[in-house]
Formats: sequence, structure tokens, C-alpha cells
Amino acid sequence: MTAAAPQSTIAASSELSTRDTLRRGLELSPELLRGLAVTVLLALLATGGRVMIPFVVQQTTDHGILAPGGPDVRFVWTAIALAAAAVAVTSTAQYLVNVRLFTAAESGLATLRRKAFRHIHDLSVLTQSTERRGALVSRVTSDVDTISMFVQFGGLMLLISTAQILVATVLMVIYSPPLAGVVYLCFLPLVLLVRRFQPMLGRAYGQVRARVGDMLGAISESVVGAVAIRAYGVERRTEAKIDTAIEAHRRAAIRAQSRSVLAFSSGQTFAGLTLAVVLVVGTVLASQGRMTLGELLAFLFLVNLFTQPVLMATEILNELQNAVAGWRRVIGIIDTPADVSDPGSAGTHQRRGAISVDFSGVGYAYPEGPPVLSEVTLRIEPHSRVAIVGETGSGKTTMAKLLTRLMDPTTGAITIDGDPLPQISFDSLRRRVVMVPQEGFLFDEPLIENIRYGRPDADDEQVALALTELGLDAWVQTLPHGLSTEVGQRGESLSAGERQLVALARAYLADPDLLVLDEATSAVDPATEVRIQRALEGLTQGRTSVAIAHRLSTAEAADVVVVLDRGAVVQIGSHRSLVAQPGVYADLYASWAAQQRDQVTPQEAT
Amino acid sequence: MTVAPVSRPVSPARPSGAVLRRGLGIIASGAREQPWWLAGAVLGAVLWAGATVATAWAIGHLTDTVIAPAIRAGQVSTGGLAAIFGLLMAILVVNVTGVVLRRVLATVAGFNLQALYRQRVTRQYLRLPLTWHHRHPSGQLLSNAHSDVEATWQVFNPLPMALGVVVMLVIAGGQMVMIDPVLAVIGLLVFPALLAANLVYQRAMSPKVTRAQQLRAEVSEVAHESFEAALVVKAMGREERESSRFTGVTNTLRDSLIDVGRTRGVFEPAIEAIPTLGTLAVLGVGTARVANADLGAAEVVQVAYLFSLLAFPVRALGWVLAEIPRSVVGHQRVSAVLQAQGAMPHGEAQLGADGPAAARAREMDFAYRVEVGSVQSAWGQPAATGQVLPDTRVEQVPVIRQVDLDVERGSTVALVGPTGSGKSTLASLLVRMVDPDSGRVEIDGVDLRTLRPGGVSDVASLVSQQTFMFDDTVAGNVALGGDFDRAQIEHALDVAQARSFVAELPEGLDTQVGERGGTLSGGQRQRIALARAVVRHPRLLVLDDATSAVDPTVEQQILHALRRSSEGTTVLVVAYRMATILLADQVVYVERGRVVDKGDHDELLGRCEGYANLVEAYSRETAHRVGLQQEARR
Repeated sequence: MTAAAPQSTIAASSELSTRDTLRRGLELSPELLRGLAVTVLLALLATGGRVMIPFVVQQTTDHGILAPGGPDVRFVWTAIALAAAAVAVTSTAQYLVNVRLFTAAESGLATLRRKAFRHIHDLSVLTQSTERRGALVSRVTSDVDTISMFVQFGGLMLLISTAQILVATVLMVIYSPPLAGVVYLCFLPLVLLVRRFQPMLGRAYGQVRARVGDMLGAISESVVGAVAIRAYGVERRTEAKIDTAIEAHRRAAIRAQSRSVLAFSSGQTFAGLTLAVVLVVGTVLASQGRMTLGELLAFLFLVNLFTQPVLMATEILNELQNAVAGWRRVIGIIDTPADVSDPGSAGTHQRRGAISVDFSGVGYAYPEGPPVLSEVTLRIEPHSRVAIVGETGSGKTTMAKLLTRLMDPTTGAITIDGDPLPQISFDSLRRRVVMVPQEGFLFDEPLIENIRYGRPDADDEQVALALTELGLDAWVQTLPHGLSTEVGQRGESLSAGERQLVALARAYLADPDLLVLDEATSAVDPATEVRIQRALEGLTQGRTSVAIAHRLSTAEAADVVVVLDRGAVVQIGSHRSLVAQPGVYADLYASWAAQQRDQVTPQEAT
Repeated sequence: MTVAPVSRPVSPARPSGAVLRRGLGIIASGAREQPWWLAGAVLGAVLWAGATVATAWAIGHLTDTVIAPAIRAGQVSTGGLAAIFGLLMAILVVNVTGVVLRRVLATVAGFNLQALYRQRVTRQYLRLPLTWHHRHPSGQLLSNAHSDVEATWQVFNPLPMALGVVVMLVIAGGQMVMIDPVLAVIGLLVFPALLAANLVYQRAMSPKVTRAQQLRAEVSEVAHESFEAALVVKAMGREERESSRFTGVTNTLRDSLIDVGRTRGVFEPAIEAIPTLGTLAVLGVGTARVANADLGAAEVVQVAYLFSLLAFPVRALGWVLAEIPRSVVGHQRVSAVLQAQGAMPHGEAQLGADGPAAARAREMDFAYRVEVGSVQSAWGQPAATGQVLPDTRVEQVPVIRQVDLDVERGSTVALVGPTGSGKSTLASLLVRMVDPDSGRVEIDGVDLRTLRPGGVSDVASLVSQQTFMFDDTVAGNVALGGDFDRAQIEHALDVAQARSFVAELPEGLDTQVGERGGTLSGGQRQRIALARAVVRHPRLLVLDDATSAVDPTVEQQILHALRRSSEGTTVLVVAYRMATILLADQVVYVERGRVVDKGDHDELLGRCEGYANLVEAYSRETAHRVGLQQEARR
């Protein structure tokens, strides 16, 4: 007996600290660190240039133009040539660093997108349904874009700024150790402040990311539900909902940015403060003869050289919180456990062929809900056609989902050919068992591609053959471009019944050992359905199939009928035997027959 | 699917001057919409610029008045120190105030614009007809509303600084000219140099940024479709395939972004280098002029210093210019939505509120419009994005042909036909989900196109085949914001035979359903959708196979309950089941978009072969089986 596994929901974002987020982020995107050593060296080179140039300019001014006895022209031109060369080298180095960073960043983020995308598909059906589609899309688009923007502009500047701070520190210490000490003393409080700011900023940016998700969720609903919105004239209401989401995002974004500005301006304040303090202390030192005026003024220049990158670094650290917020959202998805997981290569790989399924004491209850299925024990024999019938809500679809392992039972176990279902690798399982769900989804592709989805390596002839075997070739002829007809987004160009035909053909092409049909022809007209049923009967000769249907014509055609009532199996048998006994099936069938007006005469069917 | 969507054609690169002009136009339009915030930000920038210049001046001033004398005197007074500290701190206050004002107000302006444009875009989504939506993938629409709007207004971030430091430009440039016009000219050459570099940059960037934004939209498209298809993907085990489809388009985006980065990586060092080279030029030429005794050494130094102040405006301008290509592309894509045509026309008329409605269609034609390009999705090939497609043609696929339909006041009409015969399309035409290409649809004799907005949904309710649950509670989904109390909602659920299962949900009527509450079965969702229609007591009720997922017993109960509660309602029901058809006063049989026959059930059974085949399919099948079994037993 398996205990009910706690169902995972998709976290709004992960709860990791900034450092841990970065660590996990780098784990997920190893490309980010690619060639980092060379990039850092180049950045140091660029920094050297950036520091050197103002220095040279300063020297040119002091010792070249203002040289005692008139300008030292040679010195000036040498210095200028040197500086120009430095500009060239710096620019080139900067370009190379840019490109390397871009490449590493975008590669790493592409990997991140891919991993998040794949993981979303790996999540169980229930987990996926805890988040709106639009919000899921934001995790692989907008949230990753946020990181992208940071890495592109912030990454480089952080590198260069750090290098520049180091160089400036060295120079300052060389020039005047006491003043260098003053500078660091003045900036120390800033470090502490920045530390305090980070988590606050992190939260603020996290809010922004969440609001983006909400916004995309609301907008997506307005687009996907376009028909319902127009049918009920609720455009205004929907508009209001979206406006609320947009407004909430605007507020959150402004709040986060304002906090960021506040953090930045504190850095600015300390920079100004430092300048004033240095000047004061320096004046005292100079008045005591420990320093010349020229040296003092030159030191001011160095303070500037130090302050600028510190401010830049502060700015970048603030921006980092924005990127981290985005990263947390993506990591939050990737670290959501997949409840119904694939044992993968460690799992059993079954051989194709006749299939039997055993349910032993299987029960299912949705989290915090009443049991939908209880104590189901039955065996599906190989080569049999099974129909599962019952009232709405009796648990039929749940059985289909358990059978195809879209969900795991809360009690009991299901085995296929004796192997427990959780131990069979998905690769093997999905090849042997294919389900046609109630509302089949079609892709915005030509018809032939949608059918080929069932068996990707099928060629055009095989697809056409499948349709012929199902008796659908005549229908395909009625379409404007036959098999090449574009079906539109979600298959909108086709009617609901036609979409079901396509889904059926798709599943049929997949050629599974067990075909599970969940109301797969509910939107199809009776004549077509009967034809398909006959075709399927002939074609699945020797295969196992399970069909769930309200239209009891399916039950009539089956070898075994399983009758569910309020989550329990109440009757099993052939249609003929069950219809003769008083019971749930007889009642159901009576309603069904009443709908057909009892014209049961032995006429020849067409 | 294994293939990524074929992308829309990319327009050829515009001349770079045009991009710049458009970019400036966009900035101007933004400034017009948020004048006060922007003005405030510029004021902040001016304060900051002024304070920056003032700091330099202050140091010079303090050097002359306090520091140099103190050094000469060998001591410094507390007053002197206080003066140093005080003056610098005062300027700092102005400086920081300026920075805060500049950045916060720029942010506010930028995000206000983003929010405004997002509202406009999403209003368009709600306004534009379904035919427009069919042509635009949902993922792309998400991208338009979010990423493209963001791209358009990012340019506002560096903008105030660029505008504010014009002050510096004026001050420094003016002073430079006064000291030595020749050097000033050399120095100011920097600006044309920057402009020239930028024009080259725009020309290079424009197509790349366009492609990048388009690819962003494609990534969104693929993701959205894939997540909508999640169940099918899982059920068929196609996760790997979806992954490779996504990887394809993601990698293309990556490459395009790297391309963008490469180009930007050339321009940014240039922005840095140009002012520096200008300084060097000033120093060089200045030294030459000093050697020729045209100019004093101190003056050269001064010009060089003033020039260093110019570096700020140059860089700020550079940043703004660098953002322009992306802004232009974003604006283009957003404008495509904002200027989209095709909203359905409306008039002023209003329909009455009492009694059942009468619906009529006359000589109605309707065709789907499909865009067809001659490039087919090739199996297994990566997306040929950025490739300019030959002209896409728009094809018409006729679905409804010359249909005349009469639904009498208070009657129930059953619409019957084989799969794909156009029944759903007919139903949606009748409630003006789409407009016919020719002919007209009337309710109570009023052409639907003359009704005011919402005029149709006021009197008619459509329950479509594919039920949509809003991200709301059960009660919310039934009421849809309408003025209904709990009793009315429960009554409607009663009619739809949904009351019992709703009561068993974890929070009953207040249970969250929709995308985030996806554990309802198809039949349960259908019944809630039915309740949604019924609670409004519509004068015309259109049911498009609205009980397909519900078992026969329950369907019967629903139909009878509907019958009772809709005494004053005209009903058009798309039906297959005999029992449903028998509830109707009239049956209309359609095939391939045409009305083939109409009358009551018995008449049609007698004279219309297609109809008979359809409605008797099950009973014939049953008979056939019984016959076979009897055969087998002999």
C-alpha cells in the first residue's frame, strides 16, 4: 500500500539566500563560468587602461604643459601617444570582454531556459495545474530575460570596477597611507549599509517578478478565453482584472527601483562625505608640512578614481538583486519535485506485445478532497476490449489517468504484465500505453504533422494509411488542403469533433499495445462514431483497449464492461449479461436506450 | 511538435537616419504623455550636473581661500576646516537630491508609460475580433504586451541624464569658446564624431534588435503552446521532442542576442573612447598653440578640464542613442497591435429585455481566413527564422454557404449535422461571435451589427463545446461579475445538475477553479458553464453540444430542467442525441455548411437520408449487433 505522497505545488520563488541563489544558478548554467579566467585577465587589462588614461592626462598637464620653463612638447606628445595607445588597447580589451561575457551569459541562460522548460513538463499534471499558463511562460521568458539584462551590463562593470578599486587602493596607499586609511574608514559604514539593503531589495524585486507572473497570467486568460469573454460580454470585467494586475506591477516596480535609488544615493552620499573628510584631514596634514598642496590635490584625484568604481559596484549590487529575484523564480520551478517521476534508465523496460493490467485495491483522493476511487480491484486481460462506464463523477477519467500513470494512486497498486507501474520507465510505458484524453490538443501545424505526433518517424504514406484504415480519408478530402491543411492555434480551424478525429488518428498511428480512450468521440456525430468504432474494432483485433464513454454503444461493442458507481467497481461482465441483471448498468442502459427511442429492429446497418 | 513555428517576415533594414528620427519621435511622444515626471527628472539632472561642476569649483575656491593660506601659515583654523566641510556637504546635499530626483522620477515616468501602453495593448486584445486572434499566437500576444512594451520605454532611463547635462554642455562649452575658439572647436568635434559613430551603430543594430525581439516572441509562443499541450505531451511521452523544439528556438534567440551584444560591444568602448581622444586632441593642439605663443599654458589646462566635464553629456547621449534601436523595434511591434483594424462595427440599438427572442439568419455566408505561405514546416528542421518569406496569401475556406435559418420566438430548434458541417460556426454566428461575410443575422428583427456593444450578450447566452473556466471560484465563474445572489447561483447550478458535486468540493461554491483549480472533470466543467448561461435567464439560449461530456441520465435531467426553467427562452441546440432532438419543435439538418432540410423529426426521418443515418446510427448499430449475435447462435 503506497501512502499518499504530498503533492508539490509550484513555489512562487525559491527561498535561497543571494549567495545560494548564485551558487545554484551557476550550477544550473555552467556556461556562465566558461573561459572566465581569460575574461578576467582581459578585464584587468581594460581596467589598467581606464586607470592609466586619466593618470597620463594628469601627468601631461602637470609635467608637460605646466612644466617650468614652458611646455615640454616632446613629453606631451609622447604622453599623448601613450594615452592613445592605451585607449586603443583598453577599447579592444573592453570589446573582447563584452563579447566573451555576452556569449557566456546568453549560453548559460539558454541552458537555464531549457532546463526550466523541460522540468515543467516533468512535473505531474496536478502540480502543473497549480500555476497559470501565462505565469509558467514568464518563468522561461521574462524571468530569464531579467537575469540576461543584468549579466550583460552588470557583469562586465562589476569585474572592471572591482579591479579598478584594487588598483586605486594600491595607488592611494603608495601616495599617502594615512589618507588612504581615512578613505576606507569613511566607506566602511557603506559596506554595512549595503549589506542591510540587499535582502530588502531582494524582497522588493521578488515582488516585481511575482507581479509580472500575475500580469502574464491575467493577459493569457484574456487571450485563451477570448470566446467566453465575448459570449458573455465580460470584456469590461476582464479589462479591470488586467488593469489591476498591470497597476500592481507598476507599483511594485516603482517601489523596487526607488529602494534601489535610495541605496545608490547612500553610496553617493558617502562618496561626497569622503571627499570632504579627506580634504579636511589633508589640509591638516598639509598645514603640518606632512604633505604638499600638489600632493593633496593629486590625492583628491585618486579618491575620485576610487569612488567611481565603488559607486558603480553599489549600483551593480542593487541591480544584482533584480537578477537574483528572477533567478529565484526560475530555480523555484526547477527545484519543485516531480511527484510522478520517471524511473528512467533505472526502471524496467518492457517488451512490446500483449498487455495485461492489474488493479489491486486502488484508491485515489485529490489532496484535501474526498476519495474519487476506492478499493478498485480488477484485471484487464490481454487482447480484450474493455469499456468503463458509470455516471458522471464516478471516477472513470481518474481510472484512465491512473492507468496511464498521469497520477499515482493514493492507495493500492497497479501493475502492467506484473511490473509495478512506478517502476516502468516512461519511455517504455508511453510506447506501450497511449491515452486519448477528453479534450485533445492540436498544435498550430498542418494536419499531417499533428497526426505524425503519434509516431514521429512515420512517413507521409504511413500517416495516410492510418487515416484510411480508420475510415477517415473521405473526411480529409473535404478539407481545403487535405493533409496539408493548417489547423490553426489549438486546432481552431477544425470543429471540436474533427479535432477528436485527429487525436484519435494520432493515437492510432502510435500503435500502442494498450489504447485508452477517454470519451474520445464525445463531440463526433453518431454515424461517424459508429464507423470509427467498427474500424477500431477491426484494427485493434488482438490488442487491448480501454474505452471510457457515456455513449453506451461503446459498451455494446466491448468484451468486458466495468461499471463504476461512486468510485467503486460494482459490476463487471459483458454487455449482454449485465443488461439482463437488475443493477446500475441496466439503469444506465435504459436511459441510453430511451434516448434512442427504442428502434431496435434487425434492419441492415449501412 | 518537433518543428518551431515558421517566423513572420522580417522587414528590411531601414536607413539609419530613419531609425534615429523614429526613436526621437518615440521619446518625444513619451515626454508628452508624462511631462511633469520627466521635467522633474530633468530638474534633478540639472541639479546633479550643477552640483558636480560646483564641486570642482568649490575645491578650487577652497584651495585658494583656505587650504593654500593654511599651508603657508603652517596651521589651519577650525573655522577653515568647518568651511571646507560645510561647503562641500552643502553641495553634496544638492547633488544627492538631484540624483534621487533624477532617477526616481525617470523610473516613475518610464513605468507609467509601460503601464499605459500595456493597458492600451490589452484593451486591443479584448476589442479585436476572434478572427484576428486566430491569426496571432497567444504566446506572441503575451510578448507584445510585456517584452515589447518594456523595450519601447527602456530608453527613458538614461534620458533625464542626457537632457540634464545639456546644462553642463552649455556652461562648459560656452566657457571653452570664450577661452580659445580653436581648441573649443577641436573639442566640440567630439559630438559629430559621436553622431557619426551612432549612425553606423543604428544601421548595424536595427535588424539585429528586430530579430531579437521577434525571437523573444517566438520563444514565448512555443512555450505557451507547449504548456497548453502539457497533458498531451505527457500522455504521449513527447517531452523530449518538445524540449528539442524549445531548445531550437531558444538557441536561435541566444545567437541573436550574442550578435546584438557583439555590435553593442563595439559601440560602448567607442562612447568611452571618443571623449578621451578628444581630450588628447585638445592637449596636443593646445600644446602646439602654446609653443606658437598663441595661448597660455594655464588656459590649455583649463580647457582640458572643461572638456573633461563634457565627457558626461557625451556618454549620456551615447547611452540614450544606444537604447534607441531596441526602443524603435519595440514600438513598431506594439504599434502593430494598437493600430490593428477589424474591430466589429457597432451601432446604438438595444434589444428589448422581456420574453423569448426570435433569431433569424438570411443568406448567410462565412469563410475562415487562413494565412498560407509557400514555405512548409519541414520535418525536423530548425526554425528558419529571420528568413524573409514570400508574400503570404490569405485563403478563404468557406464554412457556411447561403444559410437561411429561422428560430421562432419561444421555440426550441435542434441543429443536426455530421462532424465538420458547420454547426458550431452557425451557432457562433447567431450570437455574433463573428460577423458573416454576406447576408445578415437578426434578433427580433434587428441586425446584430447595429446593436450597441454588449447588445447581443445582454439577451443571448452561448454555451460552447469547449468550456472555459476563468481563474475564479465556482460562484465567480457562474456569475461572471453579474448581479446574482447565492440563491440564484445555486438555482442555476441546480438546473445544470451541478449542485451536488459542487457541494462536495473542498470549499463548495468558493472553490477555486480555472487554470489553477484544474481538477474538475469535463462533464463538471460543462455543467458549470451551463449554469453560467442559465443564471442570466437569457432570451436566446444557444447550446453547442453542451452536454457532450455528461452521461445520458444526467443529460436528460438537465434537458428537462432547462425546459422547465426556460419557459420564456428561445433555444437553439446543437444535438446528436435523439432525446435532445425530440425536445425540439423543429429540426434543421445541415451538411457541409448548407441547410439541407428542416421540419420536425418524423418528417426528416422519412425524407432525409443523411439525417436518418445520423440519428439512427446507434440503434442501427445495436440492431446490427443483435442480429450478428443471433446469427452466431444459430
